[in-house]
Order: sequence, then C-alpha cells, then structure tokens
Amino acid sequence: MTGIKSYFKNNIRQYGMIIALVTIMLFFQILTGGILFRPMNITNIVLQNAYVLILAVGMLLAIITGNIDLAIGSVVAFVGALSAVMMVNLHIPVVPAVIISLFIGLAVGSFQGLFIAYFKIPPFIVTLAGMLIFRGLTMVILKGQTLAPFPESFQMIAAGYLPGAEVRIAGLNLVAVIFGLVLSVIYILFQLNARRNKQKYGFDLLPLTFELLKWGVVVFAINALTVSLAAYNGIPIVLILLLVIIVIYSLITQKTVAGRHIYALGGNAKAAQLSGVKTERVMFWVYANMGLLSAVAGLVVAGRLNAATPKAGSMFELDAIAACYIGGASASGGIGTVIGAVVGGLVMGVLNNGMSIMGVSVDWQQAIKGLVLLLAVCFDVYTKTKSNGK
Amino acid sequence: MRNISKHFYGVIALDSVNLTVQNREIHAIVGENGAGKSTLMKVLSGVHAHGSYTGDIFLNGEKCVFSSIRESEKQGIVIIHQELALVPYLSIAENIFLGNERVSRGLIDWNQSISEADKLLKKVGLNEKATTLVDNIGVGKQQLVEIAKALSKEVKLLILDEPTAALNDEESNKLLDLLLSLKEQGITSILISHKLNEIERVADSITVIRDGMVIDNLHKSTDKIDEDRIIRSMVGREIVDRFPARKSHPGEIIFEVRDWTVYHPQHTDKVAIDKVNFNVRKGEVIGFAGLMGAGRTEIAMSVFGKAWGVKHSGHILKEGRELHLHNVTDAIDNGIAYVTEDRKGYGLILINDIMRNLTLTSLRSFSRRGIIDSNEEVMTSHDYKDKLNIKCHGIEQKVEDLSGGNQQKVVLGKWIMSKPDILILDEPTRGIDVGAKYEIYNIINALVMEGKSVIMISSEMPELLGMCDRIYVVTEGRIAGEFPKSEASQEGIMKCIITHQRERSI
Repeated sequence: MTGIKSYFKNNIRQYGMIIALVTIMLFFQILTGGILFRPMNITNIVLQNAYVLILAVGMLLAIITGNIDLAIGSVVAFVGALSAVMMVNLHIPVVPAVIISLFIGLAVGSFQGLFIAYFKIPPFIVTLAGMLIFRGLTMVILKGQTLAPFPESFQMIAAGYLPGAEVRIAGLNLVAVIFGLVLSVIYILFQLNARRNKQKYGFDLLPLTFELLKWGVVVFAINALTVSLAAYNGIPIVLILLLVIIVIYSLITQKTVAGRHIYALGGNAKAAQLSGVKTERVMFWVYANMGLLSAVAGLVVAGRLNAATPKAGSMFELDAIAACYIGGASASGGIGTVIGAVVGGLVMGVLNNGMSIMGVSVDWQQAIKGLVLLLAVCFDVYTKTKSNGK
Repeated sequence: MRNISKHFYGVIALDSVNLTVQNREIHAIVGENGAGKSTLMKVLSGVHAHGSYTGDIFLNGEKCVFSSIRESEKQGIVIIHQELALVPYLSIAENIFLGNERVSRGLIDWNQSISEADKLLKKVGLNEKATTLVDNIGVGKQQLVEIAKALSKEVKLLILDEPTAALNDEESNKLLDLLLSLKEQGITSILISHKLNEIERVADSITVIRDGMVIDNLHKSTDKIDEDRIIRSMVGREIVDRFPARKSHPGEIIFEVRDWTVYHPQHTDKVAIDKVNFNVRKGEVIGFAGLMGAGRTEIAMSVFGKAWGVKHSGHILKEGRELHLHNVTDAIDNGIAYVTEDRKGYGLILINDIMRNLTLTSLRSFSRRGIIDSNEEVMTSHDYKDKLNIKCHGIEQKVEDLSGGNQQKVVLGKWIMSKPDILILDEPTRGIDVGAKYEIYNIINALVMEGKSVIMISSEMPELLGMCDRIYVVTEGRIAGEFPKSEASQEGIMKCIITHQRERSI
C-alpha cells in the first residue's frame, strides 16, 4: 500500500499533467457536442500538432540545461525554404533533398551551438540573433514569395497515411488496428521484462494488480487512438515519425550517459564540470540537435502546407517553450521529461482544436492559452513547494 | 522557549525543547549536524511561523507569536544565517538598510543612510567606506556588515548560525571580540558553532542538543566547561581519540608534481602558483596547511585537469609516467579525484537525488554503449549508501534535504566510486559535526589501507596534524616548507608561514 502511495507521490507531477490533459479533452468533448473525439478530428489533432511536439522535444533538452532557443521558428522557415528551392526549383529528388535539409538544420544548430558552448555567448542572445538571421535569410531565399508545390511523395511525410487503406473490416482500417495491437504487445513485453529484471535484483515492486491496471490504461489509450484513426484514413505517417522521435529522446534522456549529463549540467553546471561532464560539448550538442529537430519540423510544416512561405513557423518557438513548461520542466534547469513536454504540447493542441471547433475567435484563443500556461506553472510551483514541506 | 516541538513529515525535528537564555549573555548552542539547532533558531526567529510547531516562546516574560521573520525583528530578534544574505552589487550602506531604508517623503535619504551606516561600521570595527560594494570586501568583513545590519534594526537578541565557518583565525577572533563588546552594550547573543574552542572562549552558558532534545546545560559560573565534556554530550559517547589511529606504511612515490606554475584566470599576467613541487606515496596521507587564500585550493584544482587558472606549466607524474591532463575527464581517467571544499556550489547537484549524485562520475562503468543499466546503478548506490553510512530515507532522496555531514559523504562516495588512486580532499570536514568528522576520518583511513593516496587540504591544524603522514605548508601560491609527522607542530607550521611571508615582503 505504501508502495503505491510513494509511487504516486513521486510521480504526482507526471500524472497531474496527464489527468489535466484527459480533463481538458473530456471538457471539450462535451462542449463541442462530441466532435472532439470524432475519428476525423483525432486525425486532425495529430496532423496539426506533430511539428510542435517535435520541436518541444528538442526544446526540452535546451530547457533542461536552463536555457531556451528562440530561433527555431525561423529555422523551420529557413529549412522549409531551402527544401522548396531544392525540390521545386532545382528538381532534386525527394530523398537526397530531405537528407540535405536535415544536414542544413544540423549545421544551423551547430553554428548556434558553437557560439553558445565555446564562445560563451548567452543562448538567449545567440538564438535571438539566430531568429533574426534565419528569418531574414528565408525572405532572401524566397524573395518574399511563396514557393510551391512540392512533389507528391514529399507531401506524404506530413499529410500521408500508411498504405492499405482499402482493406477494411467493419469500416475500420485493418492496418491501423493491427498497428495498435502490435504497439500494445511491444509495450507489455517491455514492461514485463523490466519487472522481471527488477525482481531479479530483489527491488520493491508495485503490486501486480496496480501494475496491471496501469498497463490496461496504457493499452486502452493506444488502441482507442489507433481504432479511432482506423475509422478515418488510418495511421498518419507523421505519427510514426513522432513516435520514433519520442521513444528515441525518452531513451536518451532517461537511460543514457549523455542524457544524464544534460540533467547534471542543468542542475549545477560547475559541479557537473568538476565531475567530468564535458559541459561545453553537451551544450553544443543540445543546440546542434535542436537545429536537426527544427529541420525535421520544417520539412513537416512545408509538406503539410505544400508550400514554403516566408512567414512559416513564426511563434513556433513560443509554442514549444510553453509545451515544455506546461509539461513540468523547470525554468531554472535540471528538471523536465520528454513525455511531459509531449503532454504539455498536447494540452495546448487540444485547447486550440477544441476552441476552434467551438468557434472561439483566435484572439480569445491566445489569451486563454496564456492563462493556461500561467495556471499550469503555478500548479507546478505549488506542488513543488508543498512536496518540499516549506 | 518552552516545550518546543516540531515535526517534518512525521519525523520529529524538535522534541519538547526548553531553552532559557539570560539577558546580556552569550549563549552557545552546540550539537551534531541535524541535531535540530537550526530548526530551533528558525522557530525562534519566526522563519517557521507560529502554528507550525507546538510550544511557546517568551521574551522578557511575554508570550510571543511570530508569524514571520519581520515580526520577530520588530521585537529585536535578528538571525544571521550561515550563508550570508547580502547583495553583492549593492554598497555596504544599501545592504545595511535593505528592507529598512532610511526614507524622507518616500525617497531614500542617502545622506542619512550613509552617515548612519558609517556610525554602525565604526561600532562593529569595520574600517571600510559605507559606499564600498559588498562584492569588494572579504567574507570576514561581510560578516561584520551583517552584524551592522542587525544593529540597525535595534537588535536585542542576535542569533548567529556558524558565523566563523568561513573565516580565518584572525577574522574569527575579531568577530568573537565584537560579540563580547556587544554583550557589554546589552545585546544578548545566541551562537551556533562547531568550533568548541571559540565557544569555550566567549560563551557564558551552553546548551547541547542531540536528536532534537536538550541533552545538557552548562554554565560558566557553575560548571567547568571543557571540550571533552561538550563532545561527550554532543555525540553521546566518549570519543577517546578524535583522530582514529592508522598504521601507515607509505610505499613508492606514486604521484608527483614538479615546477607547477599557473597564472591567475582573471589577471593573466599574475603568477598565482609559483613552481610548486610536491609528491605523495602509495598509502600515504599528505596535508596542505596554510591560511585562507594561500593557494591550496588553486593548486589542487589546477592539477585536477586544469580546472583552475590559465597558462599552466610544469610536470605531473604518476608512477613515473608524465600525464597530460587537459580537462577534468582526463584527470578522472588517470585515477585522480578532487573533492571540493564547496560541496553545495561545486560538489553536488542539489535538486538531484542521492543516486544520481553518487554515480555521476562513474556512469560509464554502469553503461554499455552509452546506455545506463539502471538496476546496476541502484544496486551500487545502495552499497555505497550503506558503506558510507549515509543517513537518508533512501537513495531517491534529494541531496538538498540532507544534513551537511551526509552531503559530504555523498560527495566523497561519488569520488570513491570513480576508483581513484589519488584523492584530493579539500576541507573534507568543513561545517560538519564531530561525529560525522570521525566517520570521514575512518573513511580516509580505510582508503589509505587499500593503498590509495590522499592529499588533504584543511584549515584546521589539529586535523592535519592528526591525520597526515607529511604536511606541506603553502603560502602565497608557493610551498614554504615540508614537515614529516614526527616534526610537525602547530607552532612550527605557523612560524614557517610567517617567516616565508616576511622574507617575501623584504
């Protein structure tokens, strides 16, 4: 019994966010008269928010180091513009063009990382400069015009679905349903393995009934999502991309030495350095990585709009930052999780979507999102001080 | 204070404590770290608001109910915390009147502020202008500014939490003299300190606290106060030897530094460490004695992968082979560990748990291809927690919630886990209590018995004399002398420092 209690106590923030997300979803489900959970709308939420979630994952790493990156919106536009030049004007095939675009993103990130890590210029200033530089360059490249259309295969990345849409059982896309079942099986196998390992070491285990309940909820959530997607066009390709990124970065942050070093740097840079963490190198890679993920998001955005526009990606940095903070990351560094940032991003996404369906004007949407950010962080600070007993 | 009890999460921090402080006396409170001294003072000064504890506080016979530190200050109770609460980029005068500004018609009256500040500075014997920035004066003087600040609030009862922890002997003496003269002026002081010789010198009465309870009350007028008696009450057992015995059999020279010269990182034309030579043998403890600012920490950190200073030159040899250490990782890979003197600032990641702090330097030994085996990590951390007797709820407890002694054990454990051959310990027992000190000495001895070598930097001379096989005297970035254990004495070392300084100044 105490096991469950302390488990909840240790994970209250994580669960708090998920509960908040579910509450918001139910709230809008009722207010929109059931439109929110319709298969088409669920698909929309995934397609609309994929890029923010990708950016939030990268931003989270920067926030863990105690900094932010203001340039990503501009980098999104910049990479989108270059990819359009390559594919639309120069007719470079999609695969090499995508690879080159990713390298450009990495190069842009490395450029900023160089100044931040090795010349010790505060990230806020470097990325503020980057925001102006890359927005400007985007305008130069596009000459203020919109460049379109992209090849169809490129659009697939952002707007396509897994093939096999014609195979349907009871109106459900079979591929999507199987996809959900496979994911569930993989999840349970992983959990069983982790539990067995813990048992081998003789660690305290959560009671089996509780663990089963947890697995049940996760499996239900996975399949609710995939079945719902199955009822429309199936699994969006961008969802797979997103899942891969989330899994990889969760692993990096939770399970690798590199991840641990990022947290250590954010918690106390001097102590980390004196413990053998190569703080400059960590800082460099965090920003280089941010460039890479910005490029991924840039391609997704370009593919979804089927155009490169000079104004693409504006304010994306703020959405990504907000997602991380709503997801429990600490502004002073050292605290935050990938899953938290993703949940935070979804909270914003569902708010956007729900309010749009209800016909709330964009101006009000902004104001309400601002309030939600403020409340989320207040809640976070409140639970933190409470758990410290001060 | 009567029957004060306070709980944190069901853990008893104070258990019906009674404390009586006479008017115009200096009352010392001693106890091991985590005994409840600071908590008691926080209750008294209103940091822990009325209602969060049980029991009553009486001041001059009147019952007091403080819901904040402001209210207790109104009654003339001022607490000066161990970590000074001054703003570095404000002047002394601005700091003194911070939150208590001298105002006329809504605007700050600078003339009045500065003249009053000057008066207060004279009173505490600080010879600085009131307009000097706090950043530009040393810690000892900053401590005096804190006291001046307290005086500006018309203090009647001054609480000092380890005021001399960061001061050298001269500064400490000055501060203690000041307390005595304040007593003459009618100010009562409560002094929390680990330095028993200081307490012996100034205290009129002593309260010993252990595990949240008052164990002993001593009065200068009626009892004979001596260190042994106090230590006995503090730890609840007789410490026959303050330094555990060790049979030392130093072996071959394992680590040697030759002609080590380093320049100051800010003033790059200034030689900060000048042709320093020293060595340590296998299974030997050597000590670096010296005054504050002598350059001991700087020598240690610059050797530890150039973590301090610029333009390094000289040679570092291990087992006769020259090492080229360009960064901290190189130093760790070559079996060198540096345990910092500033455990909160440089040693620990306070917001992280014990396990993450313990394993930070040795993550690679738990990981394959960069992926951490978390089960191994948990097992090893548990082992170290038990081995070093770190008192905590579990390895997932945050280190910021641990007492000083236990934090120090975590830092030490972190470096022992990295399996070094040479451990540099910089002030390993600073600000920790007698019992924890003894445990740390035992850990050092155990390491040496395993054949590791220890370089110990300490400002406490008895500690160096008790623990080291050999002592180097450092002053002004140079080695001024070397004493084997048999010839080392406190007087000898001081004489060595003074002679060297005199020679240099001629």
